[in-house]
Amino acid sequence: MKSTPYLLALPALLLFAAIVIVPLGMTVVLTFHDWGQYKGIEPVFILKNWREVFSDSYYAEMFERTFRIALLVTLFSAVFGAPEAYILSRMRSPWRGIFLLVILGPLLISVVARTLGWALLFGGSEGLVNKALMELGLIDTPLPFMFTETGMVVALVHVLMPYMVLSVWAALQRLDPQVENAAIALGAGPFTVMRRIVLPQAMPGILSGAVIVFALAASAFATPAIIGGRRLKVASTLAYDEFLNTLNWPLGAVVAVLLLVALVIIVVGANRLVERRYGQVFR
Amino acid sequence: MAFLALDNLSKRFGTQTAVDGLSLGVEKGEFISLLGPSGCGKTTTLQMIAGFVEPSSGAIRLEGEDLLAVKPAKRGLGIVFQSYALFPHMTATENVAFGLEMQGIAAAERARRVADALELVGLGAFAARYPRQLSGGQQQRVALARALVIRPRILLLDEPLSNLDAKLREEMQIELRQIQRTVGTTTILVTHDQAEAMALSDRVVVMNKGRAEQIATPLEAYEHPATAFVASFLGKTNLVNGVAVRPERIAFAAAGLVGTVRTRIFQGNHWLYQVDTASGLVTVIRQNTGDAMPEEGAAVHLVWEARA
Ligand SMILES: Nc1ncnc2c1ncn2[C@@H]1O[C@H](COP(=O)(O)OP(=O)(O)OP(=O)(O)O)[C@@H](O)[C@H]1O
Ligand SMILES: [Mg+2]
Repeated sequence: MKSTPYLLALPALLLFAAIVIVPLGMTVVLTFHDWGQYKGIEPVFILKNWREVFSDSYYAEMFERTFRIALLVTLFSAVFGAPEAYILSRMRSPWRGIFLLVILGPLLISVVARTLGWALLFGGSEGLVNKALMELGLIDTPLPFMFTETGMVVALVHVLMPYMVLSVWAALQRLDPQVENAAIALGAGPFTVMRRIVLPQAMPGILSGAVIVFALAASAFATPAIIGGRRLKVASTLAYDEFLNTLNWPLGAVVAVLLLVALVIIVVGANRLVERRYGQVFR
Repeated sequence: MAFLALDNLSKRFGTQTAVDGLSLGVEKGEFISLLGPSGCGKTTTLQMIAGFVEPSSGAIRLEGEDLLAVKPAKRGLGIVFQSYALFPHMTATENVAFGLEMQGIAAAERARRVADALELVGLGAFAARYPRQLSGGQQQRVALARALVIRPRILLLDEPLSNLDAKLREEMQIELRQIQRTVGTTTILVTHDQAEAMALSDRVVVMNKGRAEQIATPLEAYEHPATAFVASFLGKTNLVNGVAVRPERIAFAAAGLVGTVRTRIFQGNHWLYQVDTASGLVTVIRQNTGDAMPEEGAAVHLVWEARA
């Protein structure tokens, strides 16, 4: 019967609608409701919340910070993660498994423990990292970690790097080692082989890894919440605060919806770019 | 002094000997095939010449110069890998141009030589395609053009035709031979297909278990195999009373070795017979001249010319 596949998909569709579409729709509706300190939420249709978010520079600053952090995290993940993936793909059997575990490690550790660990590593002028950096003469005064963007970037890179590594690694799996030999035989040095042969083939993996890391970094909650607290807010922690502390749900909903829309646009746009650029080269 | 000289070349992987004391002199412009069964050390030999495998012992000299002291990137050899190893993110043109770029050839001359090379292998119309958009045979020809365009001192081919279907393989063999004649590049071909080796080469190196069993022209190796291995590897052979006789050398006659036709197979231009005789089963190949031939179950007499 023709309708069988649709019927089989129905339970999943219903579940999807119930837990994603409906709450999302309700959140969007919520953004148009009014809210007051004493009267609470009033189910009316007004644009007050949207106006507030777009007119107050506090929100613009906060969104800018959110995406600046996400961009930096993506950049560092790519710079460190791509070479890591290449080295991993060249490792032999027992070592590859061991190092893969090391790379996936951060995902297995509680975000609180991980962040606390980083805070201790920096930890004012006595922290290991700050001491080392000062010894090396790279900085004069200890780098602050808590309540700073530096701290958020460091902690987020640590936990999101595995996504980049795995994504690039998957792309490198298809790389034929003979292709590098072919380039060498044609007279290419190691640097040229890396830049002209390996990197372009790893590029689709780097780009798709970047999309994942960016989306996760921009919407991350736990790490920015612990490091930034209520002093340094990003979109997700701000929305949380509006919902649970100020109890201004409509305003929180606007922030959440804006974050979602921005992410969808960026992710879809990046995917389009990758498709257009690499569609005919790689399958 | 030979153009390319392999001198007592050996390669051991752990306890296993992949290539065992191979010596070979290749003349300039010559087409040589390394022929042998799977695992006999053909690829290892080629990779040692290319520089991607380091010999355990022995020497390789090219025009008198010690090739082992030269880095793979500086050897100036053209290689066609078994998997083609094209750069997947570059078009056919960019693939072929890569080697010239590495040599620092100016853009104008580069473009001209790339176009010539693609024309030579009959791919002028496919210059802008990516490898993924080309058939296996076309990819193989891009790989050939990429290796030839740098005007290599030696062309190394590792089973370049093994992935092609029978018809395309035959076409490519003819094309390969023509191209090699036109360009005149010294060529070493690795193959396990004896027909391919004999069709293309000036000389064949028949290898077995890492050793060269015979180095000779295809005709000589076929007619005067040095060892039983060479005889059996180069086409069908009968052992009649301890003497090796090629099936096509045996004829039906009025008198001779008595036998009965067990099977008869028609193969277009020839007949393939299996004949039961007192000395065992004998394979006979006869040209199809359109005349009537002995049928299955017929009593026949076999004769052949005694040969060294
Ligand atoms: N890197 C390696 N490590 C260990 N053994 C190897 C290695 N490369 C090749 N060998 C062994 O050396 C022998 C010769 O291998 P080689 O690849 O030269 O064979 P070949 O003649 O090219 O065979 P084929 O026709 O199957 O390609 C084989 O027994 C193989 O298992
Ligand atoms: Mg081989």
